[in-house]
Amino acid sequence: MEIVLFILFGLLAVAAALNLLFQRHPINSALSLVVVMMSLAVLYWSLGAEFLAAAQVIVYAGAIMVLFIFVVMLLNAGEEERTHGSKIAYIVGIPGAGAIFCLLSFAFLSERSQLGSTTLGGYLSSAVSNITEISHILFTSLLLPFEVTSLLILVAILGAVVLARKEL
Amino acid sequence: MITVPIAYYLILAAILFCIGIAAFLIKRNVITIFMSIELMLNAVNLTFVAFAHMWRQVSGQIFVFFVMVVAAAEAAVGLAIIIALFRARQTLNVDEVDLLRN
Repeated sequence: MEIVLFILFGLLAVAAALNLLFQRHPINSALSLVVVMMSLAVLYWSLGAEFLAAAQVIVYAGAIMVLFIFVVMLLNAGEEERTHGSKIAYIVGIPGAGAIFCLLSFAFLSERSQLGSTTLGGYLSSAVSNITEISHILFTSLLLPFEVTSLLILVAILGAVVLARKEL
Repeated sequence: MITVPIAYYLILAAILFCIGIAAFLIKRNVITIFMSIELMLNAVNLTFVAFAHMWRQVSGQIFVFFVMVVAAAEAAVGLAIIIALFRARQTLNVDEVDLLRN
């Protein structure tokens, strides 16, 4: 059951990420990024993180991607021109990304038995739900960082308004 | 019932992260480059959630929550910078934004 969910949405996420890489129009890339985020939300849910699955859909697929698509439409961004770009990016960057992937998957596969496997659904003690546990920690021991993030968001809103003004 | 090894989730996150790196390096449109940063952040979030599941702790999920908040703030400021850049240079191509090079 869970492996079917994992294979289905894992392949969907990888296919949409590759589509982001190969599409030339920013709107197509943005829509494939929405597909990646929705499939990741399903994977979060199957890992027992219901709150994060909901937050992923609302914050990432909802708010951030709408912002991206608004900017693409506002700036009337067309297809990107096919330039040669940076040679170093092709010569060093792409093999470097492949090497990072090989290193990471080698490390994960060699530690595979220690890492264990997953069980579908809630994984904390069954009496406490995932959201209860997160909110308990967030509002008691991590209250100060939580309040600081609200300040961060306020500063980000002000910064965005100031930067996007007509006369800078 | 077949369970999924945690290593598979981590490898999926590694694949998404490396696609994000490749898109960051290949893409020439500044908005798409910004999207590939979001893709890399999402891949790291998946790693956090998988490890949180492995250790039966919510600390990893709280980390992801803070990453999401910071990503939202970063997206707002970054897109405002892109709008200011477009007003100044009339282009979204990163190859043409080379004022610091000369």
